[in-house]
Amino acid sequence: MLGFLIQRILQAVVVMLAISALVFVGVFAVGNPIDVLISPDVTQQIRLDTIARYGFDQPLWKQYLAFLDRLVRADFGRSFVFNMPVLDLILSRLPATLELTLAAVLGATLLGVPLGMYAGYKPDSLVSKAIMGLSILGFSVPTFWIGLILILVFAVNLGWLPAGGRGATVPILGVEWSFLTAEGLKHLLLPALTLSLFRLALMIRLARAGMREAILSDYVKFARAQGLSEGKVIGGHVLKNISIPIVTVFGLEFGATLAFAVVTETIFSWPGLGKLIIDSIQSLDRPVMVAYLMLVAFLFIMINFLVDIAYAALDPRLRTGRA
Amino acid sequence: MSAPVPKSPVLEVRGLKTHFFTRGGVVKAVDGVDFSVARGRVLGLVGESGSGKTVTGLSLIGLIDPPGRVVEGSVRLGGQELIGLAPDALRRVRGRRIAMIFQDPMMTLNPVLKVGTQLSMALRAHEAVSADAVRRRSTAALGRVGLPSPEACLDAYPHQLSGGMRQRVAIAIAMLHRPDVIVADEPTTALDVSIQGQILHEMQSLAAETGVALVWITHDLAVVSSLAHDIAVMYAGRIVEYGAADEVLSAPRHPYTRGLLESVPGEAAPGSELLQIPGSIPALVDLPPGCAFRARCRRADGSCETMPEIVADGAGRTLRCHHPLEAA
Repeated sequence: MLGFLIQRILQAVVVMLAISALVFVGVFAVGNPIDVLISPDVTQQIRLDTIARYGFDQPLWKQYLAFLDRLVRADFGRSFVFNMPVLDLILSRLPATLELTLAAVLGATLLGVPLGMYAGYKPDSLVSKAIMGLSILGFSVPTFWIGLILILVFAVNLGWLPAGGRGATVPILGVEWSFLTAEGLKHLLLPALTLSLFRLALMIRLARAGMREAILSDYVKFARAQGLSEGKVIGGHVLKNISIPIVTVFGLEFGATLAFAVVTETIFSWPGLGKLIIDSIQSLDRPVMVAYLMLVAFLFIMINFLVDIAYAALDPRLRTGRA
Repeated sequence: MSAPVPKSPVLEVRGLKTHFFTRGGVVKAVDGVDFSVARGRVLGLVGESGSGKTVTGLSLIGLIDPPGRVVEGSVRLGGQELIGLAPDALRRVRGRRIAMIFQDPMMTLNPVLKVGTQLSMALRAHEAVSADAVRRRSTAALGRVGLPSPEACLDAYPHQLSGGMRQRVAIAIAMLHRPDVIVADEPTTALDVSIQGQILHEMQSLAAETGVALVWITHDLAVVSSLAHDIAVMYAGRIVEYGAADEVLSAPRHPYTRGLLESVPGEAAPGSELLQIPGSIPALVDLPPGCAFRARCRRADGSCETMPEIVADGAGRTLRCHHPLEAA
């Protein structure tokens, strides 16, 4: 297990290095932030001073090394726009996104897996066909459209739920959360629903495929031959077997949703990371963009790592191979 | 092993018909099967792939999945009729009074659960047992089937055991509730010959000790000859020859049984050309009337276009053939 850990950490370092190079080149090839930072009618001297202050006069490789040096010290610089340390800015926005993502992905999994398992268990029933119809809908309809329609129906026409924002928040351990108040929950519902529909469709498909395969397997036949009730056959035998692909997709979707909830956050003016990154791209706020991309890469690596550990917990065959 | 002992049978199957209603037509996988097994006896159910022997086994414990269905017949276990029993009542019979083991021991044990967990689930399916008692009885069950270190085995996962050990675990699970009947569907086919021998020996002594009746499904006549008291030879969903094992094997009367015996390489002189039954088992959809074996039979003539009735020959053997071979 220790060897496995060391191997994975080394891998993570290499991946982060590669990402940092890509991010650096990618971001620094886009536009000229100086034009945004200072007004066009300042003197040439001020202009040059500003360029020198941010190190834009240095050759690219020197800038990259300086960038790496700052990264290692977790110093992402100050936002050009908000004039505050980028790390603080991102950490202040992260809980909102984390909350939204967790609600969406967890909800989709907790609902989608049972639905999918049912659809796989009784593939010919009408309910199963309705479930599969729902999953096709979830795959096909674009997120932004769902978001707009939900706003139209529940916020504009019915007036039951707010159309945007985060509502009241409650601080826990110095972080603001909205799921602890009724008002916050109301604000959370629509964006979480919007975000979860695609994940729900995915989970339904996965659970259904797993169930269809498992139900024909010999171990299920043997479990039934022992006189186990169907509930025990499914809950005791099948569930653990089909959870491996579900855990993988849960992890990947969690990361992807965390990083790319951009559209939903924009539609619902949810003050999370997605909205921050869109604003930053528009204003060429380089330090924020860089820090955001590095954070996303880091999150993905962490999630993959956790998924691998979950695998070992779920599938004993993987554990021995690694000892 | 002499002729069937006139003991009252614990399992009695009469006119069993299991059909599969597929889009291509009705597949008559089992089409009128009769046999019975007494306590402590072993019945070998023999036939080629597709002859309906596995479906027969699954029908006995009520595990036929749609589109299949037992359409007719009776399965009496210790006097109780199983066909038509409510699903939950049937579930309480399964595993407790009639158990089944399957061919591939890697596939029949759940790969992600410890052996102990699987034993515990099987035990608790029919009895409320404390954790302590589960452990004690599981260990005893594993010890009874000849596993060397049952305690360690409980904490092992199936992939950590050899094929033979896995099949012993499956047998231990089947034996947990001391059932009256175990249906064994080719449980030694996937194993090495030496392991096969051990398992056969184990089952034989278990049957003798506990009085469990075995229905041993196999295509391997060598297995049957060493284990079974009686033999039922199946072809295309029907039993074509049924009698005491040593008699059927030494003097087969149905041409199909004869063909099966001749196909066993061990019976032929070294270097001589092996005999075979020409052709293969017919598709069971829309089977033409008459003897299903007639297209492959050297003795077939016009009369074989009507289905032969199953008749007793008076010497403890029943046959379904218009032109049986001479009795020895």
